[in-house]
Amino acid sequence: MKREDIVKPENLIYKRTSVLTDNVMHYCPGCGHGVIHRLIAEVVDEMGIQDKTLIVAPVGCSVLAYNYFDLDAAEAAHGRAPALATAMKRLRPDQFVLTYQGDGDLAAIGTAETIHACNRGENITMIFVNNGIYGMTGGQMAPTTLEGMKTATSPYGRDLSTMGNPLKITELIAQLPGSYYVTRQAVYTPALVRKCKKAIRNAFEYQKLNKGTSFVEIVSNCNSGWKLPPVKANQWLEEHMLPFFPLGDLKVPENK
Amino acid sequence: MKELKLMKGNEAIAEAAIRCGVDGYFGYPITPQSEILEHLMSENPYDKTGMVVLQAESETASINMVYGGACLGKKVMTSSSSPGISLMQEGLSYMAGAELPALVVNVVRGGPGLGTIQPSQADYFQTVKGGGHGDYRLITLAPAFVQEMYDFVELAFELAFKYRNPVMILSDGIIGQVMEKVEVDDYKSRWTNEYIREQFPWAMTGKTADRPHRIITSLELEASRQEKVNLRLQSKYKDCEAQEVRYETTQCEDADYFIVAYGSSARISQKAVEVARENGIKVGLIRPITLWPFPSKAIQEITAKAKGILCVEMSAGQLIEDVKLAVECKIPVEHFGRFGGIIPSPAEVVEALHSKLM
Repeated sequence: MKREDIVKPENLIYKRTSVLTDNVMHYCPGCGHGVIHRLIAEVVDEMGIQDKTLIVAPVGCSVLAYNYFDLDAAEAAHGRAPALATAMKRLRPDQFVLTYQGDGDLAAIGTAETIHACNRGENITMIFVNNGIYGMTGGQMAPTTLEGMKTATSPYGRDLSTMGNPLKITELIAQLPGSYYVTRQAVYTPALVRKCKKAIRNAFEYQKLNKGTSFVEIVSNCNSGWKLPPVKANQWLEEHMLPFFPLGDLKVPENK
Repeated sequence: MKELKLMKGNEAIAEAAIRCGVDGYFGYPITPQSEILEHLMSENPYDKTGMVVLQAESETASINMVYGGACLGKKVMTSSSSPGISLMQEGLSYMAGAELPALVVNVVRGGPGLGTIQPSQADYFQTVKGGGHGDYRLITLAPAFVQEMYDFVELAFELAFKYRNPVMILSDGIIGQVMEKVEVDDYKSRWTNEYIREQFPWAMTGKTADRPHRIITSLELEASRQEKVNLRLQSKYKDCEAQEVRYETTQCEDADYFIVAYGSSARISQKAVEVARENGIKVGLIRPITLWPFPSKAIQEITAKAKGILCVEMSAGQLIEDVKLAVECKIPVEHFGRFGGIIPSPAEVVEALHSKLM
């Protein structure tokens, strides 16, 4: 057997990256946030950029993200992470700057900051975790809540005629000249986790080029808010979320 | 010999920012202060000192860009006028809670609402009593001259970093727009990243192996710990009250009556003092320079034997509340104000002295 035959993802023994702290995460069992945190931490670890990475946490379920990443971090007001990140990157262009935001934060209250940061082409990475619901406040309707989906504030299902349409903000961002790399991923199967990690790595690598915003949407679950056990939540994600939010790259640099 | 320039108050703010080594300005146009952003853009400060200037998409974004820059230990600022400053209150509260230094300039216009673009001092309450949510204070400097618009930028950053707290320069449409002679300094270099790394053990500079990661947040969910945060803030505010009170007195030594006024109203009142004294009334002027911390003790001592105090302000009566508290209502305190963009004349102030206090 050659070394190449042994050194395969399937045969490697994985350990927790040192870019995550020892703090116990508060996320619900089955939630995607823990996986996504780990992927980001692994990418930072593998690129050797822990001392050059600044992260901005949102308001939402991941409000305490700064407790889990062993990175210098700031807690933004709801929706304002791209504004903080804009200033950080412009004042410290030598650093990798990252925002981590949910759908309520990025696509409702922070829409203006999101669109304008991407339209200016701020050279930052934005991680957008979309689970179609406000998890932290107890399962209210989000900008990305699907038609007919029941939430605490749409108890009879989202009625498009009165509550408006779910927002495909990632498609919108892909249209902006300032965005450089826009992709939609998921983390509910091992294969998708590996794919998502590659996308996050790309997003970080592109910051080195100084060519615009790299934006990674991750369609995730919220078994508590959706009121489904974890496995069923993942099935629901595949059957309902993905047809509306299809996975794949929306914008890739031409001379990749 | 220092260089002399003829400048608008707004331009003086911008010029001072470049020359005293500010790292970043983030702002959004609004009358009557747009010259600050315009002057900064026309001066190409990035080429001169490396200062970053960015026109944001809103005042909300501006203040949060300032928040982001302040997290890094950088000297960052924004400016706006009343309606825009209202939009910034959320960010100011977050920065006060996260204990971040920054400068915000308010060139006040008349309100409420969209109000008018004419000068006013009706944002006193908003500035010194809170404005945003929670128990916090803004160190507030009130310039009365274009030279002070210039000088207070550097002073504001000294105070902001000394107390790790946002500082407001509370100006108004008169001082912002009027042109006066200003002595300007040579260009100072900005702080290096190495200097910031050494000086500010709280700033986000990139997590290195020799120290724990740094977190900048105003969140503390556990009530007993949040109370401790509040107690720490209150103790800091007490230190600031003990050390940073600034005010100026004019002809107070023999005065029977006193005018208390800040900013443009103090300029107008200065002339009113002259006129009143020509008519044989002994009037003195007390001009608070820091509106918070407020010169309560000084006002109490100086006016101990006064026959009366007139508060002159371009508002319906805001400063007067702090003056009444300072003298514990032991002597008559009256208010004279014009508002909605009207500027009072010295003659009106003298007339008010007569009609309200004599």
